[in-house]
Amino acid sequence: MGVSAGPADQPILRDISLSIPVEGILAVAGPSGAGKSTLVRLLNRLDDPVAGTVALEGSDLRDWDPATLRRHVGMVFQKAPVFAGTVHDNLCVADPDVTDERARHVLEHVALPPELLDRPADRLSGGEAQRMSIARALLTRPKVLLADEPTAALDGEARRAVEDLGREIADGGVPIVWITHDTDQLRRLADHVLLLADGQLLAFGHLSELDEHPDPLVRSLIGADAPGSAGEGSS
Amino acid sequence: MNNADIGLLGVAASGVLIAVAIGVSLWRQLGLEATIAWAALRALAQLLAVGVALQFVVDDDDPLIYAFLWLAVMHLFAAYTTYRRARQERMVLVLSLVAYLASSAVTLGVLFGFGVYEPSGRTIVPLAGIVIGNSLSATVLVTNRLFAAATERRTDIEGRLALGLSATDAFRPTLRDALRTALIPQIETTKAVGIIALPGAMVGLILAGTDPHDAVRVQVSVMYLVLGSVATTTAVMSLGIARQLFTSAQQLKRID
Repeated sequence: MGVSAGPADQPILRDISLSIPVEGILAVAGPSGAGKSTLVRLLNRLDDPVAGTVALEGSDLRDWDPATLRRHVGMVFQKAPVFAGTVHDNLCVADPDVTDERARHVLEHVALPPELLDRPADRLSGGEAQRMSIARALLTRPKVLLADEPTAALDGEARRAVEDLGREIADGGVPIVWITHDTDQLRRLADHVLLLADGQLLAFGHLSELDEHPDPLVRSLIGADAPGSAGEGSS
Repeated sequence: MNNADIGLLGVAASGVLIAVAIGVSLWRQLGLEATIAWAALRALAQLLAVGVALQFVVDDDDPLIYAFLWLAVMHLFAAYTTYRRARQERMVLVLSLVAYLASSAVTLGVLFGFGVYEPSGRTIVPLAGIVIGNSLSATVLVTNRLFAAATERRTDIEGRLALGLSATDAFRPTLRDALRTALIPQIETTKAVGIIALPGAMVGLILAGTDPHDAVRVQVSVMYLVLGSVATTTAVMSLGIARQLFTSAQQLKRID
């Protein structure tokens, strides 16, 4: 039996069965209401499925201690929650024992200047706040990172900076499940693509494979037929 | 002469002030005339009934069981009022009853345990009335704040859960803010007492002919009682609600 999730009488995800490879960046895309966020929230047990089983490394998530699981499976939200206090205070929420040296190091990792440590977090720009939230998530040393449209609230430059950071993190060995509704972004980032529509699995595979998919909806959702896309024969 | 012995004629004369309130409503077209009249009549009827009923509990030779029965009714009614005003869920009814009982046990336990007052119907019923009456608004407030926060601050709370915090730790800042909001008005009232306002218990005692020094001592104990009871009730209520807002898997429930 596949996984169903959402309200029991009206599930958002319906009977989905798949195995997600833990490598690189997996882009999750699909129309609004397809169940992208619902799917991702199952992966760190912010929600539980109403039917079926979600497993990590072969082990049912319900057998994990929720706090331990969430430190293994980090999450970055569409609008980064900014907690009260300074940037350092925000990092301490993830790791109360974080040393100054590690705090500076993790800020540098997300391309934020270490001087920001003492700045009130609510004075950060949207892009800075999102990068701080990624730094915060990295402090728990996750094995996988979930990113729920992490650039949706950002402008062009900040968006590209977060994308570059995502690529660097994934190449550094922390795979990312990245929800996006931006086909350009999907094409820039995705190693694998998972497409949802109407709560069901529409397609899953390498971007290059899906470019040749017979279903026009699949090609449309990944921008395969757009001018300049690989599916159109240009790079 | 006892200054508080105002007689039925005095009560009737003070009713002129209700006419003033109705007059203001008419003048400013507030449309509250019937509501004011109903509130005044209802208060009169309720207090007359309470006055009669109190005769059975405040005399020194009345059995204490009557006072405790009175207390039981007060607690149940307060819990029902909280349920009706805050959120109509059985959990709120049960939790608020536990909170009021805990508050009464702590505050009256201190006052009677340390011998501040002798336990009798004359002390138990009015003091419990003060505990519950003053805790009610703060309990409704903290209940509403916490349920609203579970929706409004969902991103903040889930952001903390996603970092591996326990539900207790993830909800702590929200709980702290709600408790502060509920407690600060009572703290401000306590600070302002005697300067901006003369509290009811003291005024009542002075009008009844008690020496002001004695009235002040009673009032101080009552103010501390109120502060302690509001803090206890809201703390018990908020901790109870916080537990109910999360699943055993430390997931924030969705509140309709």
